[in-house]
Amino acid sequence: MELVFALVIGALTASGVYLLLRARTFPVVVGLTLISYGVNLFLFSSGRLATGAQPVLGTADGYADPLPQALVLTAIVIGFAMTAFVVVLSLRSLADHDDDHVDGHQESDATHTAQKPEETGK
Amino acid sequence: MNHWLTAPILIPLLGGILQVFMGYAPISLRRTLAIATTVLLLASTIILVVLASDDSYRLYAFGNWQPPFGIVLVLDRLAALMLVLTAILAIFCHIFAIGGADEGNRQFHGLFLFQLMGLNIAFLTGDLFNLFVAFEVLLIASYGLLMHGGGRARSIPGLHYVVLNLAGSAIFLISVGMIYSVTGTLNMADLALKIPELAGENMSIVKAGGMMLLVVFALKAALIPLCFWLPKAYASATAPVAALFAVMTKVGIYAILRVYLLVFGDDAGALANLGMDWLFPLALVTLTMGVIGALGADNLKTLVAWQVIISVGTLLAPIALGSAAGISAALFYLLSSTWTVGGLFLVAEMVANQRGSAKDKIVTAPRMRNRTFLSVLFLVGAVAAAGLPPLSGFFAKLLILQSVLSGSEMAWLWSVVLIGSFFTVIAYSRAGSIVFWRTVDGHIEEPRPLGGNVSVAAGALAGLSVVLVALAGPISEFTDATAAQLLNPGDYLEILKTPMVEGDN
Repeated sequence: MELVFALVIGALTASGVYLLLRARTFPVVVGLTLISYGVNLFLFSSGRLATGAQPVLGTADGYADPLPQALVLTAIVIGFAMTAFVVVLSLRSLADHDDDHVDGHQESDATHTAQKPEETGK
Repeated sequence: MNHWLTAPILIPLLGGILQVFMGYAPISLRRTLAIATTVLLLASTIILVVLASDDSYRLYAFGNWQPPFGIVLVLDRLAALMLVLTAILAIFCHIFAIGGADEGNRQFHGLFLFQLMGLNIAFLTGDLFNLFVAFEVLLIASYGLLMHGGGRARSIPGLHYVVLNLAGSAIFLISVGMIYSVTGTLNMADLALKIPELAGENMSIVKAGGMMLLVVFALKAALIPLCFWLPKAYASATAPVAALFAVMTKVGIYAILRVYLLVFGDDAGALANLGMDWLFPLALVTLTMGVIGALGADNLKTLVAWQVIISVGTLLAPIALGSAAGISAALFYLLSSTWTVGGLFLVAEMVANQRGSAKDKIVTAPRMRNRTFLSVLFLVGAVAAAGLPPLSGFFAKLLILQSVLSGSEMAWLWSVVLIGSFFTVIAYSRAGSIVFWRTVDGHIEEPRPLGGNVSVAAGALAGLSVVLVALAGPISEFTDATAAQLLNPGDYLEILKTPMVEGDN
């Protein structure tokens, strides 16, 4: 189980980082989401992995550490809110610049937009 | 248990909740309530400074849970100093904002107060995960504030800022998880007890976690190579927001001071002074980068934003060396630079409002209506920021230089700070002489007269550099005592022994 768990975290984080480095806002948002999944799983595993253990003392032979579960819950809530915000912000940026490039425009368009400063809004 | 500790969190929380429900109330009512909240906050932080100045640690345990099992708020001199620094900056930003900058977004005051709440939680908390939550609270408010005022120019820097900080939050969570998985605790005092006992692979995990934590704090503090997001984001924000953001980088510096002196301090065994040998050269490179950016800035707000980076470099260099004198000097400079930079952002906005389409670009433009007043404010701010006598920046930099008097560190610090200050003076004099002296004939639309609120706020923030000089004696006594308290973390650990069931102590 440990190996599968570690591989899943690794795959999620690696794909997340790869997508985060893309130049379009949609892959960036998906990348951030994948990273936050990986981080949440990692945080969960910091209380050690256990099967059939409850986070309550005396109900089973072993018990699971309840604190990482609370931390993950907090992290999920915060991560979800932040992702929602970044989606809205990306849509706003797309509407403002007619382009979903993270810099508002591509490098090849730089000379094109520079000739029309009234369109770049700067 | 001391219930005063919750005041700087509860006051902006309740005030902010009121604002959320009052989005459609008349703006004068919203403004009055918002300012009243900030004034109350300032009063409560002054009480906390008085409480903290007896050198003892005060504790508030949520739900009366004995630390390390519950979340605690801890008040010491450093926390009190940061609280009052933020509250004073906030009140003037807020006064500036009600001069008209708060229009156009019904939730401006709510976001502003929630931002203050996040900052205050970060300064008071004694728990690493709670510090993460505080960072998120202040960040999500800052995302909203950064976009305040709308406009296409803000969406791209805002997007960069949000994505960078989300990546930073992910790294923060990973490092918190790594530290928890080995030590089984996130209470800072408890961590300070457990980390010296680690050995072998456990120590390596905590070491990696500690270094990743430094990356997160460096991102918040805008240390090179994580500083390039800052100038664009700050320069595009509305003036009172940019001025309040002057304290946001200081949260990163506060976290470095707190965590790396307490948890990874001199007593941390194999992990003592973790990462501090990296911090010193990086701080000096940050300072240099800030100066280069300031020289190349093409508008006043970008110039001031690079000044934020210069002050981060100047602050972290003596902190990395870790002497009591250096930390005390850095804290003095922290007060001076935060208020000065805040004031300069406000002045830049006032200049921009009076120059028509030239805005705050460093180009010649028709004469400003209130040129004398604005130029005096800019002069005071620039002198204080660059560190020329007789204002506070000079004394702060002098104290920093005096704290390092031997070895290669002295050669590096003295040369970088002095040469950097020289070029900062050049950057400010170039900007000031072009903006204020070289005027051309031309017609610009008559600007709105300067409002009382706006003038008072900018004038007061600039004037604080004079106040800091006048009160330099008591303030440096306070920072000396703060540095001594920080370097003696043994007393901090006593909070773990505070009895909870008995109630008040």
